Amino acid sequence: MGRQFGDTVAFAWPARECGGALVGPGVLVMLRLIARRLAIGVLVAFTVMTLAFLLTRLSGDLAISIAGPSATQADVEIVRKAYGLDRPLYVQFFAWTGRAMVGDFGQSYFFKDSVANLIQKRLPITLTLGLVGLSLALVISIPLGILAALRENTWIDRSVTLFTMVGQAVPSFWLALILMIVLGLQLGVLPISGTGTWQHFVMPGIVLAFTAIPALTRLTRSGMIEAMASDYIRTARAKGLSRARIIFKHALRNAAIPVVSIAAVQLGFMLGGSIVIETVFALHGVGYLGWESIAKNDFPVVQAVVLVLAVFYIGLTLLADILNALLDPRLRTG
Amino acid sequence: MSEPIAIQAPQPSSTGSSRIGTAGFAIGIAIVGLVVVAAVIGNALVPQDPFIQDLGNRLKPPFWMEGSQAGHLLGTDQLGRDYLARLVYGARISLLIGIMTVITSGVIGITLGVLGGFFGGRVDDVVLFAITTRLSIPVVLVALAVVGLMGSGLGLVVATLGLLLWDRFAVVARATTMQVRNHDYVSAAWCAGASTSHILIKEILPNIASHLAVVATLEMALAILLEAALSFLGLGVPPPLPSWGLMIAEGKDYMFFSPWVIMIPGVALAVLVLGINLVGDGLRNLLGAERLR
Repeated sequence: MGRQFGDTVAFAWPARECGGALVGPGVLVMLRLIARRLAIGVLVAFTVMTLAFLLTRLSGDLAISIAGPSATQADVEIVRKAYGLDRPLYVQFFAWTGRAMVGDFGQSYFFKDSVANLIQKRLPITLTLGLVGLSLALVISIPLGILAALRENTWIDRSVTLFTMVGQAVPSFWLALILMIVLGLQLGVLPISGTGTWQHFVMPGIVLAFTAIPALTRLTRSGMIEAMASDYIRTARAKGLSRARIIFKHALRNAAIPVVSIAAVQLGFMLGGSIVIETVFALHGVGYLGWESIAKNDFPVVQAVVLVLAVFYIGLTLLADILNALLDPRLRTG
Repeated sequence: MSEPIAIQAPQPSSTGSSRIGTAGFAIGIAIVGLVVVAAVIGNALVPQDPFIQDLGNRLKPPFWMEGSQAGHLLGTDQLGRDYLARLVYGARISLLIGIMTVITSGVIGITLGVLGGFFGGRVDDVVLFAITTRLSIPVVLVALAVVGLMGSGLGLVVATLGLLLWDRFAVVARATTMQVRNHDYVSAAWCAGASTSHILIKEILPNIASHLAVVATLEMALAILLEAALSFLGLGVPPPLPSWGLMIAEGKDYMFFSPWVIMIPGVALAVLVLGINLVGDGLRNLLGAERLR
């Protein structure tokens, strides 16, 4: 029984003790692995698509919601016809999925623009935010994790653990407000909300980073501890290599594997979770678009945003799996 | 050939061992215990009513600041309602949501995970597919959409979060069931002619329960944070119920002049979640459950 598709990076990670050289028929095995993961990814995306469609039909009669509270029966009927909601549900579903496959998500009810256009305009902002957040998170959590691992069971280690636990407990939207008060109002160094300049990404980036720092720090720490206790490190020590060389060349390289792949998955989670942060900071990304559309009953946009965020997550986990297989030949057997 | 099963077995190493130690566990229990007491009998102890407005007494500061009033220990909100009474009532909402969500998501996740882990093969493929699909769904967005479409309310928030947060239960239940499945006592039960359901419920479940208890604390903390976020965005617990997230949202407009209106519920949230996580960490060490995520 080999590793299966679901055994992605979300599961327990083993210590890795052998080198990174490609072995034997690795390329072919790799291609097969990628093909299978890709097929499953497509299947997952289709399932999410179905769920997203059903989600927007939860409210019962869409036409009534769109027409608004003051609409008459006749108005509702006009809306029903105009939006094609009088067709059977399965016809609507296949019409939507068929067009969504080629990137046509229909028209927004509220913005008077095509949904694809709207998302295309907002996506760079969310991606920028995600990358800023992830970079900040890595820059903070990797050194912290290494430090804690090298000083295992000292007060330094405990402080780092405490820091990650507190980081996990603080609600992101609340941290956002605190930063607004301190950095925005009291120190006046950063803009409080909006999308205009690069400064607008600093505070949201910090807050988003905080959602990933606890997990990444702990992962780095445990990876480093396992690596430092392994045989090849003992060998390296016996050879008389310098401590710095052992830590950064040998131990970190092995400890970094799960961190790299989890980072890709984290980015997927961060893109999905940025809705709260984008809303607090009025950063006009995809998450904010999703929130606006929910508030305005703009169903085509909601469906599309759910799908787009899911597809990003699926793509990033696929990337994580491939990275893993590339970095760790033992996982390449599929 | 490499041996994938060996790779997957969690190693007993120092990585999962105590770091904060028993002191952390004790602190966690104390925090959670305090919040539970506040939630259960708090509003009987606080003389003020959490819903009665007093527009002449808006935004009075808490006792440690100048201008505070003797009758309002933690001050009043933008409508003159007593902040301590609302905070204590909010504890009830947070705990209720946390517990109910854990029960709902636990039932779903544990069922799926145990079935997948026990039967393997096609069943496991389906379970893994469900987990993968669930993980790719953006939780906050979908939860917001459901509440936005169906109207806000406590029950709906619990149902939504319960249907969305079962993934970790399933992952851990599946992995631990796979480990337990091949133990001698399971084989013994088979040989004794026990039914599958008997084995699942009487043999497997008790032996993976400690792992699931740890997951339950994590999920409870997550559910409480998510409810706060939903309420903060206006699509969670409806006003005038004093959810801590909603209190932060309502205080947001006044936070630059009266920062304590968001400090108090925010700190309460963070402390409760920290407490629950400390309990989870302590349980993990106590029960010797390996870290699975």
